[in-house]
Amino acid sequence: MITVSNVSKHFGDFTALDDVSLEVPDGSLTALLGPSGSGKSTLLRIIGGLEWADAGSVVIHGDDVTNVPPQKRGIGFVFQHYAAFKHMTVRDNVGFGLKIRKTPKDKIDARVDELLNIVGLGGFAKRYPSQLSGGQRQRMALARALAVEPKVLLLDEPFGALDAKVRTELREWLRRLHDEVHVTTLLVTHDQEEALSIADNIAVMDNAHIEQVGGPRELYDRPANPFVMGFLGPVAKVDGTLVRPHDIALRTQPDAGTREAQVMRVSHLGFEVRVDLELSDGKPVFAQLTRYEAAQLELAGGDIVWLALTGDSDARLVSEDDRLDAVA
Amino acid sequence: MASLAVPKPPARTRRNLGGGVGPIGLGVASLWLSLIVLLPLAAVFTKSLEAGPAEFWDAITAPSARYALLLTTAISALVALINVVTGTLIAWVLVRDEFRGKSLVNAIIDLPFALPTIVASIVLLSLYGPRSPVGIHLYATKPAVIVALAFVTLPFVVRSVQPVLMEVDREAEQAAASLGASGWTTFRSIILPALYPALLGGAGLAFARAIGEFGSVVLIGGGIPRDTEVASQYIAKQIETDRPASAAAVSVTLLAISFVVLFAIRWFTKRKGVA
Repeated sequence: MITVSNVSKHFGDFTALDDVSLEVPDGSLTALLGPSGSGKSTLLRIIGGLEWADAGSVVIHGDDVTNVPPQKRGIGFVFQHYAAFKHMTVRDNVGFGLKIRKTPKDKIDARVDELLNIVGLGGFAKRYPSQLSGGQRQRMALARALAVEPKVLLLDEPFGALDAKVRTELREWLRRLHDEVHVTTLLVTHDQEEALSIADNIAVMDNAHIEQVGGPRELYDRPANPFVMGFLGPVAKVDGTLVRPHDIALRTQPDAGTREAQVMRVSHLGFEVRVDLELSDGKPVFAQLTRYEAAQLELAGGDIVWLALTGDSDARLVSEDDRLDAVA
Repeated sequence: MASLAVPKPPARTRRNLGGGVGPIGLGVASLWLSLIVLLPLAAVFTKSLEAGPAEFWDAITAPSARYALLLTTAISALVALINVVTGTLIAWVLVRDEFRGKSLVNAIIDLPFALPTIVASIVLLSLYGPRSPVGIHLYATKPAVIVALAFVTLPFVVRSVQPVLMEVDREAEQAAASLGASGWTTFRSIILPALYPALLGGAGLAFARAIGEFGSVVLIGGGIPRDTEVASQYIAKQIETDRPASAAAVSVTLLAISFVVLFAIRWFTKRKGVA
């Protein structure tokens, strides 16, 4: 368990963290999700001892490590740009932490081989980092962090430098790895899909604060505020109500509580069909339909339709804030 | 990464598409190099062997000549070593620390380059000479030669290490720290290997510059034969006493030492070129 209490951090006039508290449950995979500049990486680096908090405390597994240097925190840290030791082979990279702990060489070799097999780099021990792809380097970095059996694993945008396909593969792989290794893991990401797909627990950050903590479904279905709702997925606004575009149903006939709108454009995006509409007051809004729903409605630009809000009413928010009008 | 299979460059075609300078450029470069470097070297080489190999050998094994050559080589090696340590330290401070007047200090590093070496010698003489205001008398001692050579070779290691140090991956250092490495261990096992080529290169240049140095040593060193007389001073004396063949022989030997050291460093850097 990681317990962060009332941590603040300033860089000059910039407030990176403002009285932030967070608990990361034992054995969980928790994501710190937020836009860039929200303070999520700073929080991770403070937990890892790579940055000092101006105020507040960090407790890892019951030990107050607020003033403990990174060497003695028992953490594994993985960086976005791999932070590979370029002049060392993959074997030496992964064995580095064990070597400086004066572990006997045969033990190091055995442990390194085991880890390289776990991360799928079994045949790559003698290579140099420059001879690996980005995804392979990041798996090496993960093996290196795991080699010292850290109490917690801290990952700072670990897939941020990889292309989309490798990123998706690696995050699924990380989830499976976590199910095997069970080390308490805190992952920083700005990608809501990444957080929703692999984390047990997500803390959404914005502007030096944690806005909401919860499971993926809880955050998506019960967002605490418009920011969380907007950051976790697309939002449409109908007469001051924020609603997921897939919770907007379109009808060809008016009914009680429906709202008239004109179809501006219909985009077929595979399974999803996006319908851009204009409400009678001139405000734009869009709905997500399945291709089957769209096929039944036979929509075309210029058609008049009637909107109905469906789905769970707890998933909606009422907002007087006009900034979210344009959220798409 | 010598083991890496490097793809062969495509065969040269007659049309020059590779961004080279073409035959005229190549010709001008060769001509200039020949006129400025190769021809004088050939001349001194011929001169040194004019009287035959036996005379050459005698010239460089004459007691004063041999002493001057050994002293020069030893002191230059020592100076290069001093530079490796202090130069790395200075480069480190300039890259990693923030302090007032940093840009001024950064500019001062190049002063020994810009200063006429004879001026350096006068400066050192007035500071450490017989009328030393600080009470340190180094005139005509070996430490005087060391100080003079360390002064003029200061920029080499600093300037070769500095850019490399700026490029060192800070996150790799943080990764090492998170794995339990102390500051010293991180420096030794993560940073230093990245600096090796630059350190060797800088040390090599400092050494090569030191063994030929004349101006900065000439006043403060005293030029006492078989004590503080460096090879360049010995050569000058041979010319003054009208023994050009002997001067040329010692010159060629200096040249050979420089060449071997620089070549060895290049070879070594290439071999360790993984970083």
